[in-house]
Amino acid sequence: MAEKTDLATKSPAVPAGTETTYGGNQFVPRVDIIETDKQLIVHADLPGVTPENVDLRYERGELVLHGRVTPRPRAGTLLMGEYEVGDFHRAFQVHESIDASKIEAECKNGVLTVYLPKEEAAQPKKVTVKAS
Amino acid sequence: MFGTRWQPFSPVWNQVTQLQNEMNRLFDRWGGDGRRAQVDFPPLNIWEVDDALVVEAELPGLDMKDLEIYVTGTDQLTLKGERKEKLPEKSLQHRQERGFGKFVRVLTLPIPVDANKVDAKLENGILTLKLPKHEAAKPRKIVVKTS
Repeated sequence: MAEKTDLATKSPAVPAGTETTYGGNQFVPRVDIIETDKQLIVHADLPGVTPENVDLRYERGELVLHGRVTPRPRAGTLLMGEYEVGDFHRAFQVHESIDASKIEAECKNGVLTVYLPKEEAAQPKKVTVKAS
Repeated sequence: MFGTRWQPFSPVWNQVTQLQNEMNRLFDRWGGDGRRAQVDFPPLNIWEVDDALVVEAELPGLDMKDLEIYVTGTDQLTLKGERKEKLPEKSLQHRQERGFGKFVRVLTLPIPVDANKVDAKLENGILTLKLPKHEAAKPRKIVVKTS
């Protein structure tokens, strides 16, 4: 018997807010967002998306990510279908002052990681208090 | 609801599952915690092609070394693995939607397979298993003799 887990890493959790013109499935990927002193890090689960099929934009404080799933051959008879396949789309309003020219991203094993470095001015600075 | 045991596949069953998925999605969007397991993990899609079964699962962030695959006998498939979380030190979590941890899924395949010739690949977070049908399960054409 299989153990019940609370993993639910299943990425296509909700249909995305935008629609495709051709009527294909589109899903909202699950993400983790982490903030460090220097940057924001976004991890998004995009199973089936190759690095060249990720479209990432940062405009007016909005980070938009879109992942096109490479079509996989669907030959034969479907015996069991527990998930659907489709593109991924999600947008975030990023309130920290981000240095847009230094945004970097990588995509590995179906996980997209975006690094959004904060502007120098937004980074915390330690102030030394002198003893008089 | 969708058990680990083989369920007969019929159009009606398909519709029931579809409705169930829609409901889950609704609840996920409106107030669901989003971390509840909807089906056993990982969810699977299974196809039958001429001489094999094709099993596919979405496992983003996993390497082959995080995954163990077993075929017991001719029809029991076990998928075992762990999704590990890597957090940088001194960080603040804004959102945590992805799940991590260990999982095991045992499944009885609808058609007996040849455990020695299983082919597995993990690409871009998609696991694809090709399980050739067992010799005994392959269709044979019966020639009807005319007397």
